Amino acid sequence: MGQLMKQRLVIVGNGMAPGRMLEHLLDAAPGRYDVTIFNAEPRVNYDRIMLSPVLTGEKEFEQIIIHGDGWYIKNGITLYKGHKITAIDRVAKTVTSDHGVVEPYDKLVIATGSVPLILPVPGNNLAGVLSFRDLDDVNAMMLAAQSRSKAVVIGGGLLGLEAAAGLKMQEMDVTVLHLMPTLMERQLDPAAGYLLQKSIEDRGIKVITKAVTKAILGERKVEGVELADGRIIPATLVVMAAGIRPNIGLAKDAGLDVNRGILAGKGMQTSDPDILAVGECAEVAGQVYGLVAPLYEMARVAAAKLAGDDNAEFVHSDTPTKLKVTGIDLFSLGDFADGDDRQEIVLRDASAGVYKRLVLKDDRIIGTVLFGDTADGAWFNDLKKKQTDISEMRETLIFGQAYQGGTPLDPTAAVAALPDDAEICGCNGVCKGKIVGEIRAKGLTSLDDVRAHTKASASCGSCTGLVEQLMTLTLGDAYNPAAVQPMCGCTSLGHDDVRRLIKAKSLKSINAVMQELEWKTSCGCAKCRPALNYYLVCDWPGEYADDYQSRFINERAHANIQKDGTYSVVPRMWGGVTSAKELRAIADVVDKFNIPTVKVTGGQRIDMLGIKKEDLPAVWADLGKAGFVSGHAYAKGLRTVKTCVGTDWCRFGTQDSTGLGIRIEKFMWGSWTPAKVKMAVSGCPRNCAEATCKDVGVICVDSGFEIHFAGAAGLDIKGTEVLGLVKTEDEALEVIVALVQMYREQARYLERIYKWTKRIGIPEIRRQVLDDAEKRKGYFDRFVYSQKFAQVDPWSERVSGLHKHEFRPLATVGMAEAAE
Amino acid sequence: MKWVEIGSASDIPQRGARCIETPEGKIAVFRTADNRIFAIEDHCPHRGGPLSQGIVHGAAVTCPLHNWVISLETGKALGADEGAVRTLEVKAEGDKLFLAIKAAASRAA
Repeated sequence: MGQLMKQRLVIVGNGMAPGRMLEHLLDAAPGRYDVTIFNAEPRVNYDRIMLSPVLTGEKEFEQIIIHGDGWYIKNGITLYKGHKITAIDRVAKTVTSDHGVVEPYDKLVIATGSVPLILPVPGNNLAGVLSFRDLDDVNAMMLAAQSRSKAVVIGGGLLGLEAAAGLKMQEMDVTVLHLMPTLMERQLDPAAGYLLQKSIEDRGIKVITKAVTKAILGERKVEGVELADGRIIPATLVVMAAGIRPNIGLAKDAGLDVNRGILAGKGMQTSDPDILAVGECAEVAGQVYGLVAPLYEMARVAAAKLAGDDNAEFVHSDTPTKLKVTGIDLFSLGDFADGDDRQEIVLRDASAGVYKRLVLKDDRIIGTVLFGDTADGAWFNDLKKKQTDISEMRETLIFGQAYQGGTPLDPTAAVAALPDDAEICGCNGVCKGKIVGEIRAKGLTSLDDVRAHTKASASCGSCTGLVEQLMTLTLGDAYNPAAVQPMCGCTSLGHDDVRRLIKAKSLKSINAVMQELEWKTSCGCAKCRPALNYYLVCDWPGEYADDYQSRFINERAHANIQKDGTYSVVPRMWGGVTSAKELRAIADVVDKFNIPTVKVTGGQRIDMLGIKKEDLPAVWADLGKAGFVSGHAYAKGLRTVKTCVGTDWCRFGTQDSTGLGIRIEKFMWGSWTPAKVKMAVSGCPRNCAEATCKDVGVICVDSGFEIHFAGAAGLDIKGTEVLGLVKTEDEALEVIVALVQMYREQARYLERIYKWTKRIGIPEIRRQVLDDAEKRKGYFDRFVYSQKFAQVDPWSERVSGLHKHEFRPLATVGMAEAAE
Repeated sequence: MKWVEIGSASDIPQRGARCIETPEGKIAVFRTADNRIFAIEDHCPHRGGPLSQGIVHGAAVTCPLHNWVISLETGKALGADEGAVRTLEVKAEGDKLFLAIKAAASRAA
């Protein structure tokens, strides 16, 4: 016989692995087999990995087809679409489909893939519960998305996140539920998981971690998901993406050896020598696989085997994981757990959202996690695969291939090399050419100017570094970026940048600020910590938990430390008005605690000096009984509102200055400010309350209230500026509150109002708090909201036992104990 | 020298301090962000400020009176300032802290 009789090859399953296997086989041994494929899905072979872009609408199904109908015809392959094989008869060597087709084989390849894990919870079979596995699922999801309503994706792994991103693109309101504390925990370490969660949330997708699904709710179709903690998330679509398991039912029924997958040797043959297994259903050397690279490796080996090469063997290699969500760059490879015998190299560039981590063992890369910049993933993968000794380039390894061998790339040179149309500011879509052009045309020399004219780095500010490099490049020595005074030695950022970034990046804890803004120290210093604490208290009222240990001792002990370590106590006297009862209570306290000095302050109240710290709570308890609250004489906050007697008594008084002063003080006490704020209200231009050297002052006149601000009477002496005249007390209060709130939101820590005003300019302040009613209302409302959390008397809190430890020694070691 | 039990580490706030009254004066016991414990005299070498009342950062404290920064490890002033404060040994056994007190000095006191 001149020609070998053709053998019959039957393939169960028509996914990517058998598709690739056939390509290899047709190359290696054309015409050796008559091939018949049974595909449970009613369609040709397509790229399952690209289902995500189909769901997002970035691709059509036609674009992801690997083998069209023509390919099967050309290669003489019989494809049964929509036929599911229900039984294998290994004795008769036939397979039977659910439509009754019985096909004999000489060689059989099982490629049944995997099935999605459906959580065993009530309601998991309701209409509207889908998995994310094939084109039918995608079509069903796209149909559901037309409602534009709510979807829940169960599972924050690769598949779940891609499904979530796709549904979001289809304009659904999406929530991802993930069982573990961080997303993709099998591929990412917690640091990268955190960045990933942020990126996902930035897309408007809600993420709930540590979410245990208890039930899917609904009568006949899905109405919501109930979590174990009782929360209910409304949804009309639930996508189960909690994992997959190999589809081994058919093989098991046929009596083949199975474990998690169908057991296959290194040549991909099963326990029956005429049957091979490839793809997600196969288990080789104790491993099952879900990523395409090892599945293609299986395909290569199986094809070689079928072509008669008995030496082909499956070789395990770690495969990098990548997430296919546009705009999220993520790369994970190998083993990245900590261990005593391992070292790590970490690079964080928080402003760019970059995190890179290499795990080394014996000077070789064994694991890599890249987030935000994955350009060097392939290179790291190569180094790992080849087990390259990296000790020579260890210092620069993390910076990537471009930095090896030769001089490190100067960042300015890198910016110089960018083309003119390279986008610098993503927020505002500003490219390099535009920025350079404006700098030249308008003669811009400061970052603020560039921001004002081009909007580059004016939103989130994460491209500030790039913009500055462009300025250096364009202006040469004329540009001095160091003009911005850093907050302290822990950072190169100035106060204004830090404040802006706290808001732009929604940083809500000192730890978050230090991580995201790349603090150079592990826990800051005595300069930056109180400043950050203030910024966070001011920007996130009700959300930020005050960091007590970041406050200066006066604000921790709620009294003023004196040079000998004792404290002074100043109770509040509203508007400087007191009574016999109050004075008597003060006298009693002074006697009871042997307080050495009692003095009247410049702010119209009484200071008791020389009190031992241990006595403070008892002193406050007694003062509290007489109705006193803290005067905050120690605070970067509202101090006093000094008044004169106004129309109550004074023959010149034009308005009730005492009443207004008390009203302002009662409205504003307890608020924290960048530096101390002292106020005064005078009943006539004779100005007995000395309102014209205060941070904020009011001069009452016949026609209303003249509002003054930005005075100083300390290190500097400066008369106030006039903000404007208002007619009523209500207006006066609203303008003053708005002014103080604007100052609270914008000033640098420890910057008094007069210094802030000098920077901002009087016209701008006047425009915002006097002329622009809407802005004024906004400032006013935000102040009122923050007062809900600020107006708590710190003294009575401590009398009730808060921070007890602050006022007691840890231990007293007596003479006897020490000497015994 | 003698070890005297002074309480437990959890009684001291992280990035904070508590005082111990002893016959040899006030001792400040600090707990850092990474839970290391240090004891030094509660007396700034500059003008005697109570270091226990300062802001704790890294293994250093900033004096509340004039912002000298004192190393908790060595007791020495950091930066441009010169001066040092006495450090004392502290040891932990389980959660319990023990401070090394000079027995001789206390007898004399």
